[in-house]
Amino acid sequence: MKISQLSVFLENRPHSLLEPLQALAAAQIDLSGIALADSEQFGILRLVLRDWARARALLQSGGWAVTVTDMVAIQVEDQPGGLVRILEVLAAAGADIEYMYGFFVRRSGRLAMLFRFAAPERAIAALEGAGVTMLGEDALY
Amino acid sequence: MLKERWNDRAGGFHPVSAPDFLPRPQLRELQSRRLQAMVARAWDKVALFRERLEARALTPDDIGGIGDIAALPFTVKADLRDTYPFGLFASPMDEVVRLHASSGTTGKPIVVAYTREDVEVWTEAMARTFAACGLHRGDILQNAFGYGLFTGGMGTHYGAEAIGAAVIPVSGGNTERQIMLMRDFGVTAVCATPSFFVHLVEKAAEMGVDLKSLPLRTGVFGAEPWSDGMRERIEAETGIEAFDIYGLSEITGPGVATECTCHDGLHVFEDHFFPEIIDPATGAALPDGEEGELVLTTLSKRAMPMIRYRTRDITAILTEPCGCGRTMRRIRRISRRSDDMFIIRGVNVFPSQVETALLEVEGTVPHYQIVLTRDHGLDQMTVEVEVTPEVFSDTVRGMEELRARIGRAIEHVLGIRVGLRLVGPHSIPRSEGKARRVIDKRHD
Repeated sequence: MKISQLSVFLENRPHSLLEPLQALAAAQIDLSGIALADSEQFGILRLVLRDWARARALLQSGGWAVTVTDMVAIQVEDQPGGLVRILEVLAAAGADIEYMYGFFVRRSGRLAMLFRFAAPERAIAALEGAGVTMLGEDALY
Repeated sequence: MLKERWNDRAGGFHPVSAPDFLPRPQLRELQSRRLQAMVARAWDKVALFRERLEARALTPDDIGGIGDIAALPFTVKADLRDTYPFGLFASPMDEVVRLHASSGTTGKPIVVAYTREDVEVWTEAMARTFAACGLHRGDILQNAFGYGLFTGGMGTHYGAEAIGAAVIPVSGGNTERQIMLMRDFGVTAVCATPSFFVHLVEKAAEMGVDLKSLPLRTGVFGAEPWSDGMRERIEAETGIEAFDIYGLSEITGPGVATECTCHDGLHVFEDHFFPEIIDPATGAALPDGEEGELVLTTLSKRAMPMIRYRTRDITAILTEPCGCGRTMRRIRRISRRSDDMFIIRGVNVFPSQVETALLEVEGTVPHYQIVLTRDHGLDQMTVEVEVTPEVFSDTVRGMEELRARIGRAIEHVLGIRVGLRLVGPHSIPRSEGKARRVIDKRHD
């Protein structure tokens, strides 16, 4: 049920986003989802992709600091209130959200939201209990 | 053969270490005799020295012994530059067998010379250094100090051969090959600058070589200031015992002082190199125990006697007897050079303090540099610290907390708040010799 996300440390300087993506492109690695967190001082690039293990090895050998984080992918109904329903379940369960981002799954045309929870097990249990659909790796890439 | 193994389980010492244990009165007598001969020789052969004595209305006869040393004038680095290349030599070139020179990055290079006897004394001092670090015949020493004009490589090389170790003269650089040699040759000891060794440790991990599984057990580090925190980190990560050694080309090169296995200060080989501590502002001699600038006088050097040479290194002479039994006085580990100091908002800052602060933050490795800039006439200091995979967090909050922890640690040590920038792994250039910790852009 958990999705592996790569996070890459980016310095706050020109080309710092371009260079790791160039490295992945040169290796013909395809991205499924991407999000960028930025602060005044630095950025954190977050990537969701099928080939995450190869991408991690490639980026690490290229000198980037990379970590792997377990994410939870939730299918969101593409209609008013679709996300609200899920957030209500999480709020009721007291699940802390560290951050989240969404993207369309090209193949199925579905909308996926990726959540980083402080305590994923607890959030997953609450979502399962409420009948929310979570997406595994096969459904996502 | 058995007699040549020392510092072993039996606790014996190699004969080369005998002078380390001279009774103090006998040592003082030797120092007095050697100082008188040195002053007489310099008076005879070195014009600058003679002029300075005459200006003080002194002759060699006024120096009755080592107790009179403070009457003599200082020698400073500028004297070596002003007399470039051979102006301070006391031996004709047909008695000189070796010349070394500084790299000259801060102006004209300085040149130092050795007669055959000088090389022998240097070799003896380095052999005593290695013996104090527990090396012996049978050790395989990888010498990563630079060979060439720099005194580090050849000084350690001769000393290690003299105690019978097998020396690999690999010099600096070629990190991957260094690790291959270390592994394939079963290297037991390494000589390097501490910053280069940290680089080697990092590279070994990348190559999947576990240094703890190798026969490597001793590291002899010098040529730049490093902290006890760095020592703890090196020892914990590699399982070796790390020794600090001290020296400078003007006096002989490496071999002026060394730690013993007690690791509580460095014994100065004061039968050849006499240490004093002075107040760097007034030049007044300070008593043992007080902190000030280290001043060294060569007592046996022939080609280039150095009398009361101001090292710019800040330390103190430790007075308590050392647990190892050596009678040679110790200097406290040198972590600061007055040359390295800079002033930020009225506060004196040494690069080593930044290193100490970084080592307090768990998970950070001391890959850092200090960038000095000038903004509207005010000096600004920014510390750049590399983010390693170990401390990198995927959350902004986690990274902000890391920044705050590092910032607090630096502020705690320096007493002022400075700029802090997190940079990517490997973005700070690795040194293959002395680390360049400070990038000064104030005059760009």
